[in-house]
Amino acid sequence: MRLNILVFIKQVPDTNEVKIDPVTKTLIREGVPSIINPDDKNALEEAIKIKEKFGAKVTVITMGPPQAETALMEALAMGADDAYLLTDRAFAGADTYATAKALSKVAEKFQYDIIFCGRQAIDGDTAQVGPQMAEQLGIPQVTYVKEVVVDKDLITVKRALEDGYEIIKVKTPVLLTAIKELNNPRYPSIKGVFRAYKENKINIVTADDLGIDKSYLGLKGSPTKVIATSTPETERAGEMIQGNPKEIAVKLVEKLKEKHVL
Amino acid sequence: MEEYKNIWVFAEQRHGKIMGVSLEILGEARKLADKKGVKVIAVLIGNNMKETAKDLIYYGADIVYLVESELLANYTTDGYAKVIVELVQKYKPEIILYGATYIGRDLAPRIASRLHTGLTADCTGLDIDENGLLLQTRPAFGGNLMATIICPEKRPQMATVRPGVMKKLQKNEERKGEIIDIKINISENDIRTKIFDIIKEAKGKLNIEEAKIIVSGGRGLGGPAGFKLIQELAEVLGGVVGASRATVDAGWISSDHQVGQTGKTVRPELYIACGISGAIQHLAGMEHSKIIVAINKNPDAPIFKVADYGIVGDLYKVIPAIIEEIKRVS
Repeated sequence: MRLNILVFIKQVPDTNEVKIDPVTKTLIREGVPSIINPDDKNALEEAIKIKEKFGAKVTVITMGPPQAETALMEALAMGADDAYLLTDRAFAGADTYATAKALSKVAEKFQYDIIFCGRQAIDGDTAQVGPQMAEQLGIPQVTYVKEVVVDKDLITVKRALEDGYEIIKVKTPVLLTAIKELNNPRYPSIKGVFRAYKENKINIVTADDLGIDKSYLGLKGSPTKVIATSTPETERAGEMIQGNPKEIAVKLVEKLKEKHVL
Repeated sequence: MEEYKNIWVFAEQRHGKIMGVSLEILGEARKLADKKGVKVIAVLIGNNMKETAKDLIYYGADIVYLVESELLANYTTDGYAKVIVELVQKYKPEIILYGATYIGRDLAPRIASRLHTGLTADCTGLDIDENGLLLQTRPAFGGNLMATIICPEKRPQMATVRPGVMKKLQKNEERKGEIIDIKINISENDIRTKIFDIIKEAKGKLNIEEAKIIVSGGRGLGGPAGFKLIQELAEVLGGVVGASRATVDAGWISSDHQVGQTGKTVRPELYIACGISGAIQHLAGMEHSKIIVAINKNPDAPIFKVADYGIVGDLYKVIPAIIEEIKRVS
């Protein structure tokens, strides 16, 4: 039996490079590279590994602006078979609930055994969309997955905990969210890149294609609202300690003793 | 919406022991509930938890809803979500708070999705506004921005709360409260994931969140070998080793050492940042430390803005001198 695997990915700004405009307190996106969200890449890699081992069809899906196409192209170059881009103004401003709603509507259009997501995206760090989708689809979920063994319709996973892990068995269909310990994502091969661009298997999906009332989508369909943003305030009246290393050490230890932390 | 009342705290237990973050949230919920004039209710799910339930009252709960079953001894998404959703439908809380643990972050979105309500992840600040709404503040974009979020039209309002940020109350065994046993029908068929085994790993012993002294290394170490010096300083101080995200990403040290927005939030007595420039995402995890010492060769490094004591210099010269001095005086 050939498995059908859906992989949901997100294109994100590389937050290591993000800067904040000190006046407007908004993100400066200019010059910030867009990448496939790291955990999502682990999810994709695992799907491709399963495909190589057992034979599977890997469909990669993302929601975002038209330029998110580059993330799908990279996924195809890595080895995905098919790609779908949900792009529509109606999706804009969606919180995790409305995002999961739209994504699960797409998932319903496919046959699937396994849905892979990354644990969380580095721009929001919420880890909510995967479980919210699993609930909308009525399938079980396992999050924080660091090892997957597929035996026909029985999946055995190691699920990470803060101080160890659980071994969980679950039947397909199931939604799994990947963490970086799961694998080391491959780089797309040159051949893969050429093939991806030649075949261009990216399909565009709009809100109308989902067959869902638009009041469930985007900002309108989001139960949560952001009412304020600010840059975190972090200032202390610091004292610089000067001198040669020995003098610095003596002064510092003295001060820490005064403060009773040593 | 008026029928939704009280603040619930998911009292997360592992192997029968309540997680620290749940007690922290109880402390915070107490403050919020007093502001609103409502009750704090802890929801405790497990097996043989009667004695433990009392602790939740000592730490701030007015009422404990206790749901026990052999099938609920260990956490499963399906089992725990079913219990909480049934309780919500019956008792209608206005707010539910969960710890942002590997379990809380699995459970809360599942419940939010089933109840078609909002959920805010990893909050570091909570408050009540003039209309009685829950103000939920959380870092976004890797801690570069703080966002305040509300859930105006759906109930319950739900949030997960980052461990180590809120303060638990002093345990008070005089506090009175009520423990209510609640029966929920649950069968094996309700739980689609089967736990085969739960394994504790030795590296879990490193708990930087509990450490009194943390010495952290950053990219300024220049390579993985630099952590030997950090370890040495930590040892003479009786502390533990922390690390910036850059060093963990580079594979210089394991991720259980990571401090910051994507790592752990710590508030030790003493935090020494060595070769860490102070990206906001790192500051988010350590800015509440009592005393912060920064050692960096770049005088403009942002870490100096949060430091009580700043040292501009070569850490490979300064740290050995500090180790020497501590050995001399102790």
